[in-house]
This record gives sequence, structure tokens and C-alpha cells, in this order.
Amino acid sequence: MSTVIHHSHAADDFSIPYAKRGPSETRVLVGYGFWLFLLTDIIIFSAMFASYAVLVNHTADGPKGVQLFDRTDVLLETVFLLLSSFTCGIMALASAAENRIHTYLSAGATFVLGAGFLVLELMEFSHMISAGTGPSRSAFLSAFFGLVGMHGIHVFLGLIWLMVMMVQVQTIGFSKMVQRRLHCFNLFWHALDIVWIGVFTIVYLGAK
Amino acid sequence: MSDHTTEDLNYDESHPATPGEASDYKTGLKMYAVGLLLAAILTGISFWAAESPLIWSPSLPALLAALAIGQMGVHLVFFLHISSGPESTNNILALTFGTFVVALVIFGSLIIMSNLYANGIPMSQLLQLQR
Repeated sequence: MSTVIHHSHAADDFSIPYAKRGPSETRVLVGYGFWLFLLTDIIIFSAMFASYAVLVNHTADGPKGVQLFDRTDVLLETVFLLLSSFTCGIMALASAAENRIHTYLSAGATFVLGAGFLVLELMEFSHMISAGTGPSRSAFLSAFFGLVGMHGIHVFLGLIWLMVMMVQVQTIGFSKMVQRRLHCFNLFWHALDIVWIGVFTIVYLGAK
Repeated sequence: MSDHTTEDLNYDESHPATPGEASDYKTGLKMYAVGLLLAAILTGISFWAAESPLIWSPSLPALLAALAIGQMGVHLVFFLHISSGPESTNNILALTFGTFVVALVIFGSLIIMSNLYANGIPMSQLLQLQR
């Protein structure tokens, strides 16, 4: 069973059938498992999108989306999140190369951009609530705050996760375990940006 | 081995095996930069088209949907490094199934609810019936 013994190189060798290759490396398995989690998370988001799409015209004689949303703010939020996705990617590359300074710098940039996104979103929410168009105003607004708020909660939890990861890089260093966790965080952050594409297209640009 | 020479030749050692994983600092950086540029262009067109009087308004939802799906593709390929390579098969399979469920949930809800609105009793009449 020499094929099983050499399983670390098995992925490179197409002459060995899948069934005889032995288990994949932990890093591959962790990435795949986290990818499955992200897909289920996106399915939860799809339920929020579905309820928003069903309720979008049920404004209970209240204001419609197009009267409430400021597209300049949304564009700024989108730019923040897109740039943070980019810096998060740099952080993943820097941590894979075990470059401490680049990791900290890019993680700091990711944090600042993500926090900026969250501040803009919270300002938008507080303006809307103080103007009497909070989540209890209409079914449309309940669905809006539910969908966009859930994305915001994800970003908030991501920021906490990022801080924890930087503490781990500081205290544990670039061990294989920390690398895997950073890799999962990178996947999480990119997935949030993909969900945001759906949010700004359907909620903000699609508002009538 | 001889049956698989073409695959062996095409197989790139530096190819990422899991989503989001990049092999080498420089090539990875290049990939992210290209992704950022493409995503920025697509986002820009989306925001421009939503405001522009040049776009025929009934076509706007389809255009925005196409741009959004395109940008999601850009993010998947350049940021999450989902490729069509043989080592990415499991990730692609999971993604395909996830997309299928998402489409079922969203379009299924829309179809069912629009049927209910079209065929159900309006809420005001329903309340009167219950009296």
C-alpha cells in the first residue's frame, strides 16, 4: 500500500485513483469544512433575501425604499467593504509568507475599513429610526432591517474575530493552527463581501 | 501514468487546493489586484446604471442582476480562488448545491407568495369572515 504511505504527495499524482489516496491534509479539510459552513450561512441569508423580496412593496402607506436610501452612502460602504476584502487577502498572503509586519498592517487596514463600513451603516440605521421609519413601521422596513442588520452583525463578529486572530499571531505566532484560523477568517470576510453585492444590488440599487 | 500526461502538464504546482488559499506572495497579490480592479469596474457600472438616464429603465433589473452575478463570479475566482482545477472539485460541487438551494428558497418563496396574493382572500375580507 505504498500509495497510502505517500499520501502527502498523492494530490499531485493523477495516476492514483481518489479512493486510494488516503486522507487529505488538515489544512485542506479545514478549508473545505469552513467552505460548507459559509454556504449554509449564505442559505440563511437567502431566506432573508426571499422575505425582503416578498415584503418589499408592503410599506403600510409608509415611505418606500427609494425615498429612504442614500446611494452615495451605500457607494461609500461598498468601497469600504471591497477594499477591506482586498486588504484581507493581502493579510492571508502575508501570514502564509509568515511576514508579521505585513500581516499586522493589512489586518489593521481591514479592521479600519470594516469598522468604517459598520459606522456608516449604524448612522444610516439611527437616522432612519429617529425619523420614525424604524423596523416596526412596516413589513418592508422589518425585512430591510432584518436583512441588512444581519449582514452588519456578521461584519461586527468578523471584526471581533480579526482582533482575536491578531492577538493569537502575537502570542502563539504563525503556527499551523493559527494559519488555518486566519485562512478561515479570510474565507469568511470574502463571503461577507459576496453577500453585500446581493444587498446593494437588490436592496439599494433595486429600490423603486 | 501515460494516460494522464496532459493533465500532469496542465497541473500547476502552485495551484491552490482550498478556497481562499494563495500559493505565493507575488502571484497572489497580482491575482487580488486584478480581482479588485474587475470588482471596482463592475460596482462602478452598477451604481452608474442605476442613476443614469441613458439606460432604458425596464431593462435595468436584468442589467443589475447580470452585473451582480458577474461580480460574485469575480470574487469567487480572484478572492476565494475557486477554480475549475481537478483539486477544487469538492468546493465546486458544494458551491453548486448551495447555489441551487439559494435559488430554490428565493424563487420558490416569490412564486408561492405571488400565487397566494393572486388567489387568496384579501386580509380585510378574511377578518370579516372570522367575525
